[in-house]
Amino acid sequence: MRKTIIIAALLGITNIINAQNPKYIAAMERNVATLDTTRDGAILQNLANTFERIGSAEKTEWLPQYYAAYCYINMTYTTKGSTIDTYCDKAETFLKKADSINPNNSEIYTLKAQASSARISVSPMTRGQKYGTMAAEIREQAKKFDPANPRPYYLEGTGYFYTPPMFGGGKDKAKASFEKALTMFETFKPASSIAPRWGKNSTEYFLKQCESK
Amino acid sequence: MKKTITLSLFILLCVQSFYSQTKISGKVSDQKKQPLPGANVFIKDSYDGMSSGADGTFSFTANDTGEVTIVTSFIGFETVEKKFKLNGKEIIYNPVLKEAFNELKVVTISAGTIEASDEKRLTVLKPLDIVTTAGGQGDIVGALKTLPGAQQVGESAELFVRGGTGSETKTLIDGMVVNNPFYSTSPDIASRGRFSPFIFKGTVFSTGGYSAQYGQAMSSVIALETNDLPDKSSATVALSSVGIGVGLNHLSKDKKSSIGFDLNYTNLTPYFSLVKQVPDYTVKPVFSGGSFNFRKKTSETGIIKFYGYYNTSNLGLRTLDIDSTNGFKNLFELNNYNIYTNITYKERLGEKWLLNIGASYSTNVDKMNMTFDTIRSQSDLTQGRAVISRGIGKLSIIRLGAEYQYSFDGYNIKGVSGNYHFSSNTNMYDNYSAEFLEADIYMTTKLVLRVGGRGEYSTLMNKYVVAPRSSVAYKIGEKSQVSIAYGQFYQKPERYYLFSPQLPGYNKATHYIANIQRTDDLHTLRLELYYKQYDNLTLANADSTKGNSGYGYAQGVDVFWRDKKTIKGVDYWISYTYLDTKRLYLNYPKEVMPPFAATNTATLVFKKFFDKLNISTGFTYTYASGRPYYNPNNPDFMGDRTIDYNILGVNAAYLRQVGKCFGVLAFSVTNVIGNDQIYGYHYSYDGLRSQAIIPPAKRFFFIGLFLSFGVDRSKEIIDSNN
Repeated sequence: MRKTIIIAALLGITNIINAQNPKYIAAMERNVATLDTTRDGAILQNLANTFERIGSAEKTEWLPQYYAAYCYINMTYTTKGSTIDTYCDKAETFLKKADSINPNNSEIYTLKAQASSARISVSPMTRGQKYGTMAAEIREQAKKFDPANPRPYYLEGTGYFYTPPMFGGGKDKAKASFEKALTMFETFKPASSIAPRWGKNSTEYFLKQCESK
Repeated sequence: MKKTITLSLFILLCVQSFYSQTKISGKVSDQKKQPLPGANVFIKDSYDGMSSGADGTFSFTANDTGEVTIVTSFIGFETVEKKFKLNGKEIIYNPVLKEAFNELKVVTISAGTIEASDEKRLTVLKPLDIVTTAGGQGDIVGALKTLPGAQQVGESAELFVRGGTGSETKTLIDGMVVNNPFYSTSPDIASRGRFSPFIFKGTVFSTGGYSAQYGQAMSSVIALETNDLPDKSSATVALSSVGIGVGLNHLSKDKKSSIGFDLNYTNLTPYFSLVKQVPDYTVKPVFSGGSFNFRKKTSETGIIKFYGYYNTSNLGLRTLDIDSTNGFKNLFELNNYNIYTNITYKERLGEKWLLNIGASYSTNVDKMNMTFDTIRSQSDLTQGRAVISRGIGKLSIIRLGAEYQYSFDGYNIKGVSGNYHFSSNTNMYDNYSAEFLEADIYMTTKLVLRVGGRGEYSTLMNKYVVAPRSSVAYKIGEKSQVSIAYGQFYQKPERYYLFSPQLPGYNKATHYIANIQRTDDLHTLRLELYYKQYDNLTLANADSTKGNSGYGYAQGVDVFWRDKKTIKGVDYWISYTYLDTKRLYLNYPKEVMPPFAATNTATLVFKKFFDKLNISTGFTYTYASGRPYYNPNNPDFMGDRTIDYNILGVNAAYLRQVGKCFGVLAFSVTNVIGNDQIYGYHYSYDGLRSQAIIPPAKRFFFIGLFLSFGVDRSKEIIDSNN
């Protein structure tokens, strides 16, 4: 028990230190801002490298690991075939580190779910069941860890969006999830200037797609 | 004042030199000296570093001094770390990265083997292909028949490979031999496989040159691997034109164990009343049975699996006696029951060792009631198997294994001949043991050598034999590889000849295979040349065996092409087999092409998914040139050929999810065009009359509704065109 308190206290201290570490905050702010503006594979690769470097220096911070994974997951949308697996493998190693630094975090679980669903596109016929189920389960955990996080709902929306109505998906169901996500985005306040905040624009984009029949 | 300035300058200089920056520059490349853009070069535990540019170059300044580690990492490559002393002097560093281990970049032994698996990333087939292949009718062997090497022998459910008989193909479940993988049936009418393709996660179809793990199969091995724990609990209901089935699979809350069963009942009476059959059925075929499975994860890496199967069937028919001039019909009634059980345990022992052990018991009883006699035929098999493997380095592996099989075969015949009642009972026991040692040695990621051997001893054969096996595979390009294989394969004579007072001894085959394969995510091209030499084949006439001095050969080429890309939303494959084979065997007066071989066989499998309609459709067209048959009127033994074999099968499935229930409405029909199918001829004793061997009906229609509750299977089938 005392150990736990000490560890907790130490963690608290490092958090405080880093909160006051202007170099870290500045580096993160700059790169997170770039992340918001790009979908280009080469730029994402450079960003992923930068986050990996920051993570290598800031061993108690989960966000560099988180963003490195986020870059690799977004890189899967720029490629196809088995390269997707390679990127997902890489993303998952960062998520594992992030998870060990900050367990049961809703944002980390959201990315884990996203990595699982990204793997489906390698071979939808044979992978849909396994990775679809996996993604849905992890997504539900992400909802549970932080009921105010809109991103798991956004992810749920995209899942329904790409599943035809005959299989329990469809635009109507997707719309409901996106609407829920959007209302949550309205009230969602990122914990800090570098905490995850992505997804609102994409939610609006998909919502428009759902409305245009 | 002066003093102060001097002091400040001194301090400034000190600080300057203490915080002096070091420039680090260079170029990242791979082992082929190609520049690697996007690699991450940085000083460990610091912010300093950068990504390499389009030409692989980088240049950055480090603020640290003293000894540091420079890390160079890039996706798909092994990370390189190197220590440097930073003292303000520019460092030129050109890291060379080695490609990381990647399953897709490593050569695999492909000669003679076609694998269907979800776990491995690049395989020729996926397990789902087995159930969605038209003409295969959801039967494992039915689907394997669309692959090169397989012959089209319509009167049998068995798989005849490259000039071998059906009994030269062995079926294994989790490494354990299945003695009776097909439903018992009457002569000349094909049945189907007993096991549902849905219970297997992987299928390896070997057409030759296979590993020392497999014995007692001269031509082919079908190795099936059962599912691990299911993803979710589920219930299934199947209703079809031939029967009903229900199943339940329960996954425990902690996801560490599962238990499941299924029950099914098939009755062909209603179907036969709608679709006329050629034979005169006295007992319409009825099958009933079920299976039970249990799986438990014993640790992160260990799993115990149990599978148990039971089935009983009845059928009876009358067929015209070819030797009778007054239209007399022979009776054949069959009652069968079959039990198959299998338990396996798999566990990693430390980092390097893997243990696989298993045991199995099975029994099969056929009671045949015929015009003049009744036969009761029983075969039991009890077996145990243990394999221990050790990994060496990243890729190489050594396998050491032992098998033991105890088999009982009993044959009882009772009959009447005039006033004479006879009864005879023959029992036969065999203790078969085998051990094997095999190593897959990776010289590089591009070159692998497999060497091994298998020793086998059977108390019945009373002889110890050693069968060497070896193969080499070499990767010649990013997607292409060549492979050769050699092996010797022993097999006990077919069961029927084991009852003979004079035992014929082991039969033997020697395989030589050369293969070239090119695979990526969307295409597969495979060419294989094979030569198989048969020695010590069983010779026998109607009454007794005459030793094992028969011989023969089979040679030819297999071609396979699969393409999921060229036509949007369409997945198709083409198989072609050229086969030249002759054998001196049984009562053959000379070496001839046997009746279970066709010179040319070609198959086109076509699958299309209409995503707007949620309908999946497909067809399979198969051609095989005529097969030899024995005509007593032709002085050239086996000189006659049947007509060519042409068959077109189609299937369609409509998929829909309602709430948590997923439904598939499936329809299929064989021989849509209605081509005549003649598998051979029977001749009367005097050779004056003949009768064609034909299927019991021209076409087989199937319609079925499959409902699955709980498990969402939809994603398996949707977006097949992506």
